[in-house]
Amino acid sequence: MSTILFENVRLFDPETESLTPGRLLVRDGHIAARDAVGAEGTPEGTRTIEGNGAVLTPGFVDMRVSIGEPGFEYRETIASCARAAAAGGVTTIAVLPNSRPAIDDPSLVRLLRTRGEETGLVSILPYGALTKGCDGEEMAEMAMLREAGAVAFTDGTRAIADTKRMRLLLSYAQGIDALIVQHPEDPSLARGGCATAGALATKLGLPQIPAAAEAILIARDIRLAEMTGGRLHFGHVSTSEGLDLIRRAKARGLLVTCDTAPPYFALEESAIRDYRTYAKLSPPLRAEADRQAIGMGLADGTIDAIASDHMPWDADDKRLPFAQAAAGGTGLVTLLGVTLGQVQTGALSLERALSLLTLGPARLLGSSAGTLAPGASADLCLFDPGAAWVVESGKLPGRAQNTPFDHHELRGAVLGTWKNGVPVFEAGRS
Amino acid sequence: MAEPASVNAPHHLLALEGMSAAEIEPFLDLAASYALLSRSRKAPREALRGRTLINLFFEDSTRTRTSFELAGKRLGADVINMSVANSSVNKGETLLDTAATLNAMRCDLLVVRHAASGAPALLARKVDACVVNAGDGMHEHPTQALLDALTMRRHLGTLSGLTVAICGDVGHSRVVRSNIHLLTAMGSTIRVVGPPTLVPSSIASLGNVEVHHNMEDGLAGADVVMMLRLQKERMGAGLVPSAREFFRFYGLDQRRLALARSGALVMHPGPMNRGVEIASDVADSVQSVIQEQVEMGVAVRMAVLERLSRMRVPT
Repeated sequence: MSTILFENVRLFDPETESLTPGRLLVRDGHIAARDAVGAEGTPEGTRTIEGNGAVLTPGFVDMRVSIGEPGFEYRETIASCARAAAAGGVTTIAVLPNSRPAIDDPSLVRLLRTRGEETGLVSILPYGALTKGCDGEEMAEMAMLREAGAVAFTDGTRAIADTKRMRLLLSYAQGIDALIVQHPEDPSLARGGCATAGALATKLGLPQIPAAAEAILIARDIRLAEMTGGRLHFGHVSTSEGLDLIRRAKARGLLVTCDTAPPYFALEESAIRDYRTYAKLSPPLRAEADRQAIGMGLADGTIDAIASDHMPWDADDKRLPFAQAAAGGTGLVTLLGVTLGQVQTGALSLERALSLLTLGPARLLGSSAGTLAPGASADLCLFDPGAAWVVESGKLPGRAQNTPFDHHELRGAVLGTWKNGVPVFEAGRS
Repeated sequence: MAEPASVNAPHHLLALEGMSAAEIEPFLDLAASYALLSRSRKAPREALRGRTLINLFFEDSTRTRTSFELAGKRLGADVINMSVANSSVNKGETLLDTAATLNAMRCDLLVVRHAASGAPALLARKVDACVVNAGDGMHEHPTQALLDALTMRRHLGTLSGLTVAICGDVGHSRVVRSNIHLLTAMGSTIRVVGPPTLVPSSIASLGNVEVHHNMEDGLAGADVVMMLRLQKERMGAGLVPSAREFFRFYGLDQRRLALARSGALVMHPGPMNRGVEIASDVADSVQSVIQEQVEMGVAVRMAVLERLSRMRVPT
C-alpha cells in the first residue's frame, strides 16, 4: 500500500474550473482525499512531496497524437512517444489511426490499448479508422471497433472528401452514438498545396491552399451533421472563418465541437520563412488575424480542447525542399508551455487553459481521465507556471525532434508526472 | 535545425528579394563590359581559370544551362553539366546527399535549377561552393531578371521610372518574381497582366506592382512589354480554357503592341510559343529584343560567376 501526499500545491479542479491552495493524498494509485488529510492523518510510510506552491493538475489528455508504431517505427515508437508524453505532463493520448496498417480492425485497437498499458507511462485511447485503410472509401467496422475500445472515428490526417459518403458515415455513427473527427480541409482545394494562400506563399513561390478550404469543408459537414443528427468534431481548427461557423452551429444546438493545436494560436505563417520545414504543418500556418481568432475561440469556449497534434518525423523527412518535406510537428513536450503562453499574455485564464487540456478533451472522448475526483486514477502533473526553458530540437525527450517551436523560450515547466500514482517523469532526471 | 546563416552570404545568388539598387548595379555594370568583350571575342579567359563550375539541373533547360556553360568557359572555368536524367538522384539519392557529394569533389561554383522553390537555398546551407539559383520552382530566377534589366538599360538608358508590363502566366513564374524585386528596387513600376487564374492578386504585395486583368489597360503607355510562356499544362489544369482563347484576349499582336509607348521593347524569357502568347510578326519585329536577351544572358552570367567567386571566403 503506497501513499503519496502532495503538500503546499495549488490544486486545479477541472469540475469547478478552480485553482485553490491545498494538498492531495494519493493511495494505491488513486486520488484518496483533498485537503481533509489532517483529520485522517497521514499513514506511516507516506511519501511527501513538497510543492512549493506549484500547480497540481490532472495529467493532460491529448486528443490528437500520431505515433510511428505500427509501421513507421523509425519516426517514433509507442515507447518513445510515451516518454515524450510523460515529460510533457500528458498521461492520456488519443492516437490517430493513420499507421501502417491503419487501425481499422478490432485486434489493432486492442493492441494499441495494451501497448499503452505496457509502457506504464500513458494510456492510449485509439481512434478507429472511419473508412477501411483510412482511404475515404469503404466504411470501417465502427461498432466492432468501438467494442474493442475505439473512442471515436476518423481518417486522421485525411478528410472524407465525398459528400455522400460523409453523410452516410455521420448517419451510421449517429445510430451507435459515436463521435466522428474530421480533418477540416477541402481535399480538392488542398491538393498539392503546402502553404496558406497569400503574399508570403506567393513570394516564396510555394503551392498554395486558400484558408477558405477549412470553412468550406466545415460548412458542408455542419450541414450534414444537422441532416443526420451525428456528433461531429473538427480537429486542429486554424481559421477565424471556420471557427465562426462552429460558433454559430453550437449556438443553434448542433452536436458540433472542435479542438485546436498550439501552433495555431502561438505561431503564424511567417514561421515558414527561409523555407523552414519544421514549421510545415497540415493545415498550414495561417495569417496573424487567424492566429488571434483562435486565441479568442479558446477564451470564449468555442474551442473545446487543446490537442498537441503531435506528428513525429525523422530529420530526413524534413531535410527536403519545402514542398516535398513532410508536414507536421511534435507537440507533446511543448503542449503545456506553449498553451501557458496564452495565459501569460492575458488572453486566457490559467483555469480555462488547464480545462482545455484535461476535462475538455476527456469529456469529448468519453474518458474518465482529466479529474481530481476522489477515487479517480492518480494521473497527475505538477508544474511551475513561472519556470522558463528553451525548446531545443535534438535534446527533447522521445525520438522525434521536429518541433516547430525550436529555439522558443517557454514559461511553464513540468516538475513531475504521475501515472496511476507512480512517478513517470521527474524534472532533472531522464 | 541549423540556422540558414549562410544563405544570405554574398558568395551565393539565391534571390533578388531584399537586394538594393546599389547591390544590383555592380552586376549589371560588369555584365555590360562583358557583353562588349564577348562581341569582340576578347573574354578574359583567366578570371575563373582552375575553378570548377557544375551545372546541376534537376529540370530540363537547354538555354539556361548552355548560357551558364558558355559564361563559365569564357572565363576559363572547367564546366561540368549534370542533369537529373543521368544522375544518382534517380537512384533515390536525396538533394542533400547530392550536395555533400559535389562538395567532396571541391567544386567552386554550383549552378542549380530545381522544380521545388527553396531547393538552391537548401543546398547552399550544405556546400562550400558559391551557389547560383538558375531557377527554383515558382520562387526566383535571379540571372534572368538581371539579363532582362541589362537589356532594358541598354535600350532605355535607365531602370528607374519605367513602366514594365509582364503578361501571361504570372502566378507560376519565377521570372516575374525576380523581375518585380529588381525593378521595384530600381524605382520602376511593374504591371502584371493576365486572367485572375494566372495572376493572383497577392502578387501585388511583392513590390511596386499593379494587377491588370484587361490587357489593353495593362499595356497602355508601357515602356516594356514582357511576355511569358504559357505552358500547355495550364489548359489541362483548368486555368484557361484553350490556347486560342488565351491568344485572343492576352496574346501580344501588333494591334495591342500599338497601345504601348511608341517603340516599346518586346521581351520574352523564352522559349516562345508563337501564336499562343505572342504573334510571330511581333516576335520578329524591330521592337523585339528577344535575341539580345539571350546574348545578355551570357554576359550577366559571366558577371555573376566572377563576382560571386571573388566574394567567396576560401575554406
